[in-house]
Parts: sequence; C-alpha cells; structure tokens
Amino acid sequence: MITTLSGGGAGLGIDVRDGFMLAIGQSGRNDIEVIIEDDQRKPDIAVQLADKMIQSEKVDVMTGIIWSNLAMAVIPSSVSQGKFYLSPNAGPSALAGKGCHRNYFNVAWQNDNLHEAAGAYANSADYNNSFILAPNYPAGQDALTGYKRMYDGELAGEVFTKLGQTDYASEIAQIRASGADSVFFFLPGGMGISFLKQYADSGINLPVVGPAFSFDQGILQAVGDAALGVVNTSQWNKDIDNGTNAAFVDTFQAEYGRLPSLYASQGFDTANLLISALKVANPGDADAFRAALEAADFNSTRGDFKFGSNHNPIQNIYAREVIKEGDVYTNKIIGVALENHSDAYAAECSF
Amino acid sequence: MSTILIIEQILNGLQFGVMLFLMAAGLTLIFGVMGLINLAHGSLYMIGAFAAATVAGLTGSFVLALMAAMMAAAIAGVLIEVLVIRRLYATDHLDQVLATFALILIFSEGTRWVFGSFPLFLNIPDYFSGPVTLPGGIEYPLYRLVLICVGLLVAGALGLLITRTRIGIQIRAGKDDHEMIAALGVDISKLYTVIFALGAALAGLAGALVGAIQSVQVGMGEPVLILAFVVIVIGGIGSIKGALIGALLVGLTDTLGGVFLPELFKLFMEPSAAQASGSALSSMAIYILMGVVLVWRPAGLFGARK
Repeated sequence: MITTLSGGGAGLGIDVRDGFMLAIGQSGRNDIEVIIEDDQRKPDIAVQLADKMIQSEKVDVMTGIIWSNLAMAVIPSSVSQGKFYLSPNAGPSALAGKGCHRNYFNVAWQNDNLHEAAGAYANSADYNNSFILAPNYPAGQDALTGYKRMYDGELAGEVFTKLGQTDYASEIAQIRASGADSVFFFLPGGMGISFLKQYADSGINLPVVGPAFSFDQGILQAVGDAALGVVNTSQWNKDIDNGTNAAFVDTFQAEYGRLPSLYASQGFDTANLLISALKVANPGDADAFRAALEAADFNSTRGDFKFGSNHNPIQNIYAREVIKEGDVYTNKIIGVALENHSDAYAAECSF
Repeated sequence: MSTILIIEQILNGLQFGVMLFLMAAGLTLIFGVMGLINLAHGSLYMIGAFAAATVAGLTGSFVLALMAAMMAAAIAGVLIEVLVIRRLYATDHLDQVLATFALILIFSEGTRWVFGSFPLFLNIPDYFSGPVTLPGGIEYPLYRLVLICVGLLVAGALGLLITRTRIGIQIRAGKDDHEMIAALGVDISKLYTVIFALGAALAGLAGALVGAIQSVQVGMGEPVLILAFVVIVIGGIGSIKGALIGALLVGLTDTLGGVFLPELFKLFMEPSAAQASGSALSSMAIYILMGVVLVWRPAGLFGARK
C-alpha cells in the first residue's frame, strides 16, 4: 500500500489505511502481509516506492494511492508489469476510458461521478443559474466537466482558483455580483474549509452544493456551523442501512475513536474485495484471480456494488445534508442523486 | 463589472496586504538587523494559529486566544533563537537556510504528532461575524474590516516603536553597524532575542487572525512565507515602512490581478480560454511586480542603497 501519511492531505491516506487494516484484522487471516509506505503526496516518491514494492518486496497486489496525479505516475507501469492495482480513491478519467487496463480496478468511483451527481441534484432542486468553481488542475477541470455533463441550467460564472488557495474573498465577491441562484464548488481538504467559513461570513444565502470531499468526517469539525444544511454528494454515508455498514461504523469507532469518513469506507471495501478474491484464487493464477475480483463477491458498506466493463464501479450516488448530532457534525442521506450510475468513459475501454 | 465589486475587491486586497505585513514585518527585521534568513517564520505563524485554536476551544474567548497565539509564537521564537539561531549568525546564508528548513520539518511533524493530521476548528467570534453595510450599499464582512484595522494599528505602533523609542534606536543602529553598538555597551545578543520574539509574536498574531477564516492545519505557514519574502524584497530589506508598502502592493496586485486579468482577456478571447490564461497570468503577477521593482530599484523601494 502506497498512500499519503504525511504533509498536506495526510488525513485522507490515514483514513484509507485505517479502514483497510480494520478489514484485514477482522478477516482473521494471517497469511496476508501488508506493506505500507508514505508517498508524501509527491509523484516521484510514489514512483520510487512502487519500484521498491515490485522489485524487492515482490508484492502481488497494490493499492492505496489518494491523488490522481500520483495514480497516473504509478498505476500504468505497475499493471503493465502484471501487478494488480485496486484503487481505494483516485479514479482519473484516463484510466477509465482508453487507458483502462484489465488489472486495474477502482473500488471508489470514477473522478467525475460525484460531480455528475451534484449536477443531477441541482436539476432536481430547480437550480437554473449556477456559479461554479474548482482549482485549476486536472481533477478540478474534471469536476466542472462532470457537473456540466448532468446540469441543465445556465452558468452565472465559471472560475478556476489556484490549487492550495486559502482566501476566497475575491471569488465570493464575484458570486455576490453574478446574480447566481446556486453555487457548485469542488475544493477538497483545507481549501474547502476556508471557502465555507468565508462564504458563511459573507452574508450570501445562496444554496451550495458540492461533492463529499469538502464535507468528509475529517474536516467537518473544522468547518463547524458554516457547513450545516449544505447538500453534498457521496457514494457512501454512515447511515446507509445494511448490516455490513452498521458493523463497520461501530467497529471503526471502537478501534480508532473517531467516526469513519468516506475514505475509510473505501479502504475497508477495498480490503474486503481483496479478501473475497483471495478466497477463490491465488494472485499467481492471474486469470482466475481477475475473474474473482470482477465478481466483486463481498459485502460492501455501500450495499449493492458491482464493477462495470472498465472495472470502475456501478453504484448509487446519494445526496447528503450536513447535520449536527450532539456535538459532532456529520452527514445524513436525503435522497438518491444517481441510481446505478456508471461513468462516461466505459464505452471507450477495451482490454 | 460594477463599482461596488471593484471597491469590494480593493478592500479584499487591503485585508490580504495587512495580514502579509504582519508576517513580513518580523521577517524584514530579522533579516535586516540580524542578517539572518529565517525560513521557520512560517512555522511561527502555524504555531500561533494552533495555540489560538486550542485556547479558543478551551475557554471560548477569542481575545485570550489571540494573546495565547502571540505568547506561544514568541516563546517558540525565543527558544529557536537561543538554541539554534544564535549559533548561525557568523555562518553564511546557506547554513542558515539548511538549519531553519530543518526547523520547518521539526515543527510540522511535531505539530502533527501533538494535534493529529486533521485540521482544527477556530472560528470568528460572534461579535465580529456577519456582514456590515458600508456607505454606498456595499456588504462587507465585519471581520475583514477588523483585520484591516488591526493590521494598520500594528503598523502604526511598530512605526512609533522604531522611530520614537530607545529600543527602536538600538534596532536601527544594529541594522547599520552591530559591532559599533555592541562596543557602545548595548547587549547585542539580548537585543537580537527581543527582535526575534517581537517578529515571532507578530507572525503568531497573523496566524491566529487568519486561521479564524481559513483552515488551521499543518503546513499552513509555508505559502504565506514565500509571499512574505516577496514583500520584503519589494519593500527593501530591513525597512518596516517598505514592508507595509510592499505588503499592500502585493495584496492588491494578487487580488485585483486574479479578478481583472481574466476579464481583460475576455475582451479578445473566448471565455474559458480567457479564464485559464487570465488565472495563469494572475498567479505570476506578484513575481512580475517584484521583477519590475528590482529592475527599477535593485535594493527594493525603501532599501538602503549601498
């Protein structure tokens, strides 16, 4: 497992790792050896680690990468060397369409998915004039593309911010002047915290919608009241009603003393997918092992889960609302934004 | 593009500028008087924000949180000065850069070890939250106006300190010739410690004030540090007045460039290409400003010409 455990964005990698290790521990198997390394969110370090894992550790299956730019640096070369890669987070469009590979499986989502769901939600809420913003980097461009793919209304404005920007006063002034009726934003991690706090303080009362990345369990506490009532889209939430999910939320909280985020659920599902395939076949028998992965015969925290023809998920994506439970800020599902949703790139993929 | 929007953006630029000034003031004093490049100044900013978030969480008082931020950053500053930096005055800049870069790593991972990897909560106090209506019908967040006032007050107080007090005379003299003022009986090492603590406290104050509207997280200081270096180079190293003017210039250029360059490009390009190239150019704007200033005045706007 190569993931981000230090530097900016470490919270995501830590959640994926903890979810993954929880499932490995619960499986009771001691023949699965997990090697965990920290990529520090740097593509060059991720590539070095991948070489080390493949050449000296001789791993069978790789996983863990959070960020799409790191995923693009590591995954294509690893799968072409015959390794299996199970992505617990990053789902760049390049790996879902023409660049797909039979040994690459994404257990989280294709990058555009949650933004498409946000666009679909905007239609259902009758938003006709959205102001949309995202950081100026590949995942940010995918985000606005994804939103516009589903959204039917007009755009009041479209702004790319700097990656890592912390002050949004100027964008908020533009929103105020634009005459928009709603705001869509994709600003993961600390960027989203800054934006939401400043937006709440600006006195603008337009509804906000965004993907779950700015509303995950790890950062909601830092946003506070500013996030209450905001609608966001996610493939997972802790109140999805199935036994696996309830047990996951309870045991995660007991083990680590905090509520799980969607990243933790993705790590947990990834490990369970791996364990389910290992029951059927050995990774040495690549064809049988791949078939076992494709079957996705495991109990997902999301309920129904299956892979599309390009090994990206087909799943429900929900609209959630931020609420306060006692002292803790968390999310509650308010509806299904997209049902059994695949991705826009599957048709371009052939193995 | 209405007048209201333009005025609002100018206020945003001013607010960004005065917060940069709080960072740059300490940096320029330390660099100008002590000849030291302190990369760990951004860590002091982070320490201020974390101290404020902790105290605000415990007591609920924003004023106490600000005091704690300044205290914690000043104490950290004194510790850094006495334990590490004091050994580096005689060495060249490369050694100072290496040592203070090591301090960044130590403070970042140390903070993560104590507070964890997830951002902390620090919010604007209720009495400063929400917008106010300014003359002309502009709605503007009250807290940002408070930030502008605090920044200008600190600038005024620092100006008085440097020009009107005994310690100010010593600081100015130390900048010009530190061997001579040591010979005149001023305890130069104590003076250095005081300057360092003052600069650190200002960085801590900036971290706490800005932390309330942004996110309090590990590594929050480094992006600001880079801008603060741009500010002191533009303003002239060692000059408080230069730091203030430089900070306001950088703040206004960055904010207004981000808004108006894409608009300008839209006059002769299609919107999405204009947005992309305008954003790209606006992120370079402050460095272009720095280049122009340095060609015009190689020592910065208010730097001592040698």
